[in-house]
Amino acid sequence: MALPPSQPPPASQGEAFFPSPAKRGRGQGWGQVLLRRDPLPLAALMAPAAVVFGAFFLLPMARLFVIGGSGAEGWAAYASILLNPRHLQSLVSTVLLSAGVTAVTLAVSTVTGLFLVRHRFPGRSVLVAMLTFPLAFPGVVIGFMVIMLAGRQGLIGDVTQALTGSKLVFAYSMAGLFLGYVYFSIPRVILTVMASAEKLDPSHEEAARSLGARPWQVVAHVILPALKPAFLSAGAICFATAMGAFGTAFTLATRIDVLPMTIYTEFTLQANIATAAALSFVLGAVTWAALATARSFAGSSVAAAG
Amino acid sequence: MSGSFHLDAVPVRLRRCAKTFHGGVRALEPLDLDIRGGETVVFLGPSGCGKTTTLRILAGLERPDEGGRVFYGEDDVTALPIERRNVGMVFQSYALFPNMSVAENVAYGLRVRGVPKAERRERAEEMLAMMHIADLAGRRIDQLSGGQRQRVALARALVVRPRVLLLDEPLTALDAKLRDSLRLEIDRLLRALGITAIYVTHDQAEAMALGDRIVVMSKGRVAQVGTPREIYHRPADAFVADFIGTMNRLPAVAQDGRLLLGRGELPWSGPQGRIEVLVRPEDVALTASGGHVDARIAATVFLGDRTRVVAETADGLTLTVDAPGRTDLARGDAVSLGFDPARLLTLPE
Repeated sequence: MALPPSQPPPASQGEAFFPSPAKRGRGQGWGQVLLRRDPLPLAALMAPAAVVFGAFFLLPMARLFVIGGSGAEGWAAYASILLNPRHLQSLVSTVLLSAGVTAVTLAVSTVTGLFLVRHRFPGRSVLVAMLTFPLAFPGVVIGFMVIMLAGRQGLIGDVTQALTGSKLVFAYSMAGLFLGYVYFSIPRVILTVMASAEKLDPSHEEAARSLGARPWQVVAHVILPALKPAFLSAGAICFATAMGAFGTAFTLATRIDVLPMTIYTEFTLQANIATAAALSFVLGAVTWAALATARSFAGSSVAAAG
Repeated sequence: MSGSFHLDAVPVRLRRCAKTFHGGVRALEPLDLDIRGGETVVFLGPSGCGKTTTLRILAGLERPDEGGRVFYGEDDVTALPIERRNVGMVFQSYALFPNMSVAENVAYGLRVRGVPKAERRERAEEMLAMMHIADLAGRRIDQLSGGQRQRVALARALVVRPRVLLLDEPLTALDAKLRDSLRLEIDRLLRALGITAIYVTHDQAEAMALGDRIVVMSKGRVAQVGTPREIYHRPADAFVADFIGTMNRLPAVAQDGRLLLGRGELPWSGPQGRIEVLVRPEDVALTASGGHVDARIAATVFLGDRTRVVAETADGLTLTVDAPGRTDLARGDAVSLGFDPARLLTLPE
């Protein structure tokens, strides 16, 4: 690529510079409005999105925020999330769980995704289809599968019983939840990684090798940096999903202390609506902050390398 | 060019190197080739002719079929992958690492060799200065033009002091003017460095300008190996004759020391019988009268330095002839074509 291909001018460029008001109402006219960045019609175009955004995001969030501060404690409800050991621990363990799930899922999906992109073997497409199968499952089914695997009557329990005499059961704990979340996160991440890995330029790897880079150096210096955008987007979805997932935790056990469970308990069992609202708002805010931090960190490391 | 930077001239040998890809596709028939130390050899041919496969075997990106051998000097490097061959490679797509700056790209080969950071920077800067792009050291790759990118790629390939420099269509992605100037610069650079260089291209002008020798390839085989002059003036077969430059191919009859070319006749000492003679456009003399064959102008193309003329003889032969640029001829003009028997070629067989 010597130079970026110059954008071909739109077919109706001439009209874009001399807009005729009569034409503006038709489809072609609106396209010209977008090109010209005329503030008034542009605002009109954005109005539907603004309405939806306001009605289904801003208003509910504001309402949630206000309800959070409307309980017996008042606005101190927000502070109490940090002061109440149960809430704080729930928040911390949810963040740690989600971060761990994201890290492990990225690692597993990257290795698997790269392998699947670079090797052709019989049954490959079936394997890809199977790996993406969990996309269709609700959290309840994932929880059910974890119990079948690592529950009291589960496969791992039976095998460890036969081998060591004691039963290994971890389905009803953080470990079980971790397993379930990794399982249902892998499909999303693997598809993103594969799509990105297919677009890698093989000559970059060959250039690195020609300069003497060993395979691990090619991976560390060329392949992983090139996949970073995919890691960021897939990791963000993975993290956010793990932060807010509820069905699997609910299926596994009530004593698993993750934030969505805590919110559920406060809301339905204790009718503590203000606390539930405050926790909900904080769940969203923490997730957003974590993703924003990750993104800016990735952005600055790119800048530092340049 | 820096005079202090000189590289070893390592000879390269290929012995019985063939390549068969999965599914039995033969990309390269068994090839023997000796490349002298410091020589620039250009592999030239249309796409799919096996030139890139040969380069990849030379580089260590592909293994030749069983029995093939690659030597760098006295070392048999057949089993060594590219990362252990100490080559420099330049790609058509430049293949610069987008996550590294220009200086980091150039220093990369030193970095993976464990060279200390200060020395790395010094040697990278020396290379950038040699390529006249010292001021670009801190740039990101996406801030560079195509020509600048290819200079960075050359600097990166050379900084590790490779035994052999391999160039895979390095100028194809550039526009014509830049291609010409960078071609001259690469030529000077290769001479100054004294490195053994192997260059792949489908552009015959590039091959002529750069190659000490050209290897013309077709369908996985070597059609001819020779200097640019040999290839141009004594093509080994019809493929080479057609692929390199423009060649007129005319049916003729040779008998009794005469060559009958349509109604024209000239002295002849070459092969006898019904033959095909070949002649370059610049080897045909275009005159108003007194030549060997009369013809009419069918078309003219003014090229500035010369005028390319398509002439048709009364017997229906069509020839492309080069006349000086100032020649003023129009379609339908009567001309006479003169031939020098010494410049008429025939192909073996």
